[in-house]
Amino acid sequence: MNSRTTGSRGSRRRFVNWLLGTSFGGMVLSVLYPVTRYLIPPHVAEAAASSVTLGFGPADIAPGTAKIFKFGNRPALLVRTVAGELRALSATCTHLGCIVQYREDLGHIWCACHNGHFDLNGRNIAGPPPAPLETYLVRESGEQIVVTKGA
Amino acid sequence: MRARGTIGGVSGLVLTAGLALAGPGRLDAQGGAAQGADNCRTCHEVITVERLAGPVKAYLADVHAAKGFSCAACHGGDPAVAGFEAMDPARGFVGVPRGRTIIQVCGRCHADAGFMHRYNPALRVDQVTEYQTSVHGQRLAQFGDTAVATCASCHPAHGIRPASDPQSSVHPLNVAATCGRCHADATRMARYGIPTDQRDRYRESVHWRALADRGDQSAPTCNDCHGNHGAAPPGVTWVGNVCGQCHAVMADYFARSPHSDIFNRMGVPGCATCHSNHAIAAVSDTLLGVGEGTICGRCHDVGVSGGAVAATMRAGLDSLGGAFALADSLLTRAERAGMEVSQAQVDLGAAHNALVQARAAIHTFRADSVGAYVASGLDVADTAIGRGKKALDDLRFRRVGLGISVGLILLLITGLILKIRQLHAPVLEGEP
Amino acid sequence: MSRPGVVRSWAARAAAWLEDRVGLGGLGAVARKKTVPVHKHTLWYYLGGMTLFLFVVQLCTGILLLFYYRPSADEAYESVQFLMAEVQFGWLVRSMHAWAANLMILTLFVHFFSVLLLRAYRPPREITWVSGMALLGLALGFGFTGYLLPWNELSYFATRVGTEIVRVVPLAGDFVLRVLRGGDDVSGATLTRFYAIHVALLPATAIAVVALHLYLVQRHGMSVPPSVERDGGRRREMKFIPDFLLRDLVGWLSALALLAALAAFLPAELGEKADPFVPAPAGIKPEWYFVFMFQTLKYLPAHILGLEGEAVGVIGFGLAGLLVLLIPFLDRGAGRGRPGRVFAWIGVGILAYMIVLTILGYTANPTK
Repeated sequence: MNSRTTGSRGSRRRFVNWLLGTSFGGMVLSVLYPVTRYLIPPHVAEAAASSVTLGFGPADIAPGTAKIFKFGNRPALLVRTVAGELRALSATCTHLGCIVQYREDLGHIWCACHNGHFDLNGRNIAGPPPAPLETYLVRESGEQIVVTKGA
Repeated sequence: MRARGTIGGVSGLVLTAGLALAGPGRLDAQGGAAQGADNCRTCHEVITVERLAGPVKAYLADVHAAKGFSCAACHGGDPAVAGFEAMDPARGFVGVPRGRTIIQVCGRCHADAGFMHRYNPALRVDQVTEYQTSVHGQRLAQFGDTAVATCASCHPAHGIRPASDPQSSVHPLNVAATCGRCHADATRMARYGIPTDQRDRYRESVHWRALADRGDQSAPTCNDCHGNHGAAPPGVTWVGNVCGQCHAVMADYFARSPHSDIFNRMGVPGCATCHSNHAIAAVSDTLLGVGEGTICGRCHDVGVSGGAVAATMRAGLDSLGGAFALADSLLTRAERAGMEVSQAQVDLGAAHNALVQARAAIHTFRADSVGAYVASGLDVADTAIGRGKKALDDLRFRRVGLGISVGLILLLITGLILKIRQLHAPVLEGEP
Repeated sequence: MSRPGVVRSWAARAAAWLEDRVGLGGLGAVARKKTVPVHKHTLWYYLGGMTLFLFVVQLCTGILLLFYYRPSADEAYESVQFLMAEVQFGWLVRSMHAWAANLMILTLFVHFFSVLLLRAYRPPREITWVSGMALLGLALGFGFTGYLLPWNELSYFATRVGTEIVRVVPLAGDFVLRVLRGGDDVSGATLTRFYAIHVALLPATAIAVVALHLYLVQRHGMSVPPSVERDGGRRREMKFIPDFLLRDLVGWLSALALLAALAAFLPAELGEKADPFVPAPAGIKPEWYFVFMFQTLKYLPAHILGLEGEAVGVIGFGLAGLLVLLIPFLDRGAGRGRPGRVFAWIGVGILAYMIVLTILGYTANPTK
């Protein structure tokens, strides 16, 4: 035994060693905890903006009706035509940005803010809107509807 | 009304007959200019009198010149002949057309569908007919009032450009100035007893702001509400139809509301009663209700039927507006601090949409219609407020987490420094 | 070999077992003998290790990012957005990666200037200097290629402007541009290419060059500045293990704490997704470590002596880099204990130039 392990010097040494060990352990934990949480995949498994799987299925949307859904950051409109075909378009009116709706009586898309009209291909056919609505590709795979950005 | 209509109709017949009989007969582009000399131009170009030489220069930019029409197409005479003999009435010369003659001269071609078809099949050919229904046309026909606007008043005779040309006097951006040349002139309008503030009031309006500042060519100018060739103020009972061309939802609500009938019986002009006709200002929720500075408060008393409805609607909008503002500020704060809240912000858009719809529903003048939209909007706004608060909580968690890990690191650093100092602590005397 | 009669701890027994099989005990012995000179300039010795530490942070956070990042024009931006919003502590990993990149290049430059001004390039350390310059180039390459990977508006246009400059090199410029961009324009092909360079080519090369650099530093020991040598006196030394290393650790942990704070208070931004059809935003700039070069090119006139102004600028920078690379060979007096004063002035001049032009790059009006 020497002065380095006995007496006040010894206890100080032991304290410093303890401090080092504990704080090092704590620091390692504070690094390992976020890394472990990071590696565990989150609930929403994939990024959702270039392709969206809708929360409702093909059976939930009848011919001649439409539903609003979120496509990435923006609102979008899914329309099932009277003939049964599914169409998806951006729901932001190209005039002043209001959200458009599908009018069953007109059979096409309408903006309530200033009476703008769009056909089911998104083309602006009447009223103030200066440009067509962006269209998206729709695919039905089994019980799911998947909407992706058009080429 | 009906008598005037009949007189107008008869005058119209006379005018059309006049078109067929008067003037130098059917003309086409070859009527004087394309082949052979154009002596009209050769002489008038060099005359030093501005009144006679100016038109030649101006005409170079005219759309008719581009199509090959010469001076003689409108003024008659014979451009192949040099000198004053060209301006012989026997050769069809009409000089400077005035009053009804202008209508005949322009209408000779522009009211002839077959003729116009050869130059621009898409152009309308009913301008003369429309003009006859206008206040200008009626006064010219019935009272011979030549001070009213005719074709050349709005389409300057020698520099006519298509309406799509930004330099044209009838381009949407220039229409208010063109109409205002007469209608804003107090001396000129004095004999008619109508206001002359329309152009200036219009320039204060949201429609002009949209057109001039934002370049939104769908915004209305004088002719969109008054008609261009058939220019007349909208009748009191059908103002809503005019505004409703664009503001379809509000007009529809209004037409089915109690106010529609009442306003008609009172003889006040529908939409313009509350929103004014020319100086249409941007609306805000503060105009609704029965308090100080509100529009409803001009007629309705506090607490009594209509006033109560107004107050309820205002309260609903205020609550939704407030909830939306709170959600927006929470999410913006979270976003500025670096949190990812773009999805929540998009979802909040539905609340904004509900607010827009609630404001449109004011025109039903029924509290429950507005209330339905307010309720759905409040739902969305409340969800967004929840998500904003959660984002700010996450932010606090991050800061706390940071504090803990930095604390641990500082502890470790302290330990290291102590260790470093300890390694060189001198050995005490007397100890082995 | 175990000696009879001696009871050893389990740790000592494990170490002996490993030593018999792997045999790295020699390294440990060398490390224990290593010493570091102590004088008024000792502080600068820590910078190389700091840069190395930050490089290791980059490797670790970079590997973690690989778990979620997708290198295609369609998905890159969304994958980064997903990482920031949905992945637990994704914001932390990405922000640390972004901040450590900047910090590493900063410490790298400080290390470079300290070596230059303290003449640590003197013989026999010429190759150390050359490998260090290579590492500088690699680090800048890391920064340039990594910046594009989030595929947002700023990075897309910064890359467009940055790669465009290559075109002005006479003869080979257009060819090099096509190879760099993977095509004529900045596109998804560019992204894939930059990704390959950033996560495979550059790390492999950098690790090899770092290994060489460290070996050489180890072989020659730390250089003592000529001014200290001239002062004479007793050379004080400190042991590498544990003294220098513990102080190194203090520095590294402080840097780690700083990175964590920066990540929490100033997380990495994302902005808008890149859209090639949108006009470039005004005042587009590359990352701060390129600004001085960028700003210099702006000040050059359109034509100099018949060549395009920008071509002269690019060639000028190339020549300047080459001259700096050759400093150990140009400074003849350094090896003989009398390093040329002119090189100190050159060093100070370069530093001042870089600082002034970087400031100008941020304060000058972009529309002028």
